[in-house]
Amino acid sequence: MKKWVKSFVFLLISISFSFGQDDLLDMLEETEEPTTDYAFATFKTTRLVSGHSVETNAAGVLQFLVGHRFGRVNAGWQELFGIDNATIRFGFEYGLTDNLNIGIGRSSFQKTYDGTIKWRFLRQKSGAENFPFTATYVATIFMDTREWANPDRENYFSSRLNYNHSLLLARKFGRTFSLQLMPSLVHRNLVKTMEDQNTIFAMGAGTSIRLNGSARFNIEYHYIPEGQIISLIGGEKVQNSLSFGLDFETGGHVFQFQLTNSRGMTERYLVGETTGSWLDGDIHLGFNISRVFTVKKPKSFKNEDDENI
Amino acid sequence: MIVTFIGLCLTVISQRQMTRTGTIQFFSETDVEDIEAINNQVSSVLDLASGEMAYTLLMKAFSFEKALMQEHFNEKYVESDKYPKAKFKGKIIGFSPSKLTAKPTEFKVKGSLTIHGVTNEIEVTEKLWKNEKGEILGETTFTIKLADYKIEVPSTVRENISETIEIKVKVNYEKMG
Repeated sequence: MKKWVKSFVFLLISISFSFGQDDLLDMLEETEEPTTDYAFATFKTTRLVSGHSVETNAAGVLQFLVGHRFGRVNAGWQELFGIDNATIRFGFEYGLTDNLNIGIGRSSFQKTYDGTIKWRFLRQKSGAENFPFTATYVATIFMDTREWANPDRENYFSSRLNYNHSLLLARKFGRTFSLQLMPSLVHRNLVKTMEDQNTIFAMGAGTSIRLNGSARFNIEYHYIPEGQIISLIGGEKVQNSLSFGLDFETGGHVFQFQLTNSRGMTERYLVGETTGSWLDGDIHLGFNISRVFTVKKPKSFKNEDDENI
Repeated sequence: MIVTFIGLCLTVISQRQMTRTGTIQFFSETDVEDIEAINNQVSSVLDLASGEMAYTLLMKAFSFEKALMQEHFNEKYVESDKYPKAKFKGKIIGFSPSKLTAKPTEFKVKGSLTIHGVTNEIEVTEKLWKNEKGEILGETTFTIKLADYKIEVPSTVRENISETIEIKVKVNYEKMG
């Protein structure tokens, strides 16, 4: 009997001992609290090709954006395939918080100033908390500052103003593929004829494919249901906007190169002012450069010297 | 019998100290740029009986001075979606709890470090000491080479990111149970 007790105690000791030898890593991981994992880098930057992506600048980050769209490639060699005829937009965007950005910009195309507010109000996440997509609302006001087309008649300041509201819904599938839907409303205070709608509805869709950590291929499309825009622009019918882009990121810079049938670089021009036809070769070469500056650092890094990525 | 068993288990447990709030910082210093990141959610456990220790942490829990650095770190360099964690498992050489005093004492720690899905054997010197509550504190600084962990730096930013990274670890273990 005593022998039996002894051997049983020995057995227990060896069990406890082996429990003591149990893998410490397993022990740490088994008792771990689940964490929430937010989707990151759904897109490389705040623009998909020309229009906004769901991405926002983090709190305290200032983004400088400069973009060019050249003339139509089918203008031929004399115009150096459109290069002679460049338009520019430059702008600044700033992260008030990680989810709320404000921005201003100016396009040479139609001499237009724009002001933007952008709010990422839902984030794709998994783990302890789950949500299937990221949602961002972006609203922009545009002011056309060209001379009045008909200076003789009574012109109102409000006629210079146009608006855009877009709801951006994006999901990142795995690590290589992101999809974005962007229903948009463009409101023009002044339109050419009674038949033209002041408010145009468009449905946008875009995708981004990761080529490697620094490069992505993007497509952006805005579809305008028929019957909203009747007038021609420069004798041409308004088209749906279709753009293809490549992103190259080099730390603090993102270079975006694109082929597009749109001349403008903001939603107001993508929707309702795009007249190029892909089939006729009315394609514009273009690029955007984005540069970020960390203006305000997170608290734990306050003492470091200032430098950029 | 059961009491003996529970008693034995408790002895084993009380020989361990653990933390969920360890700190790991890393530094990359080049002529062009200094980069620093910090993670305050490092888990670690130390077994006083055997001198074994383990660390685990989420790569996404590193915060950087610049938000985009954090994104690039996770997306391009350590590929956190594929390899979410870094781990260390090792043993303190010639350890016995009686060697711990209120004064930091240096010990050699040997073990395997896994980052970016690649495991390497490393040996570091860690300072360990005990506070008045009987909690054990540890501190170590060591360097790793990015190439050893197959972390590739594109040529465009090679001047900004050092090939050797300095890692600073600080833990304050707590008694278990």
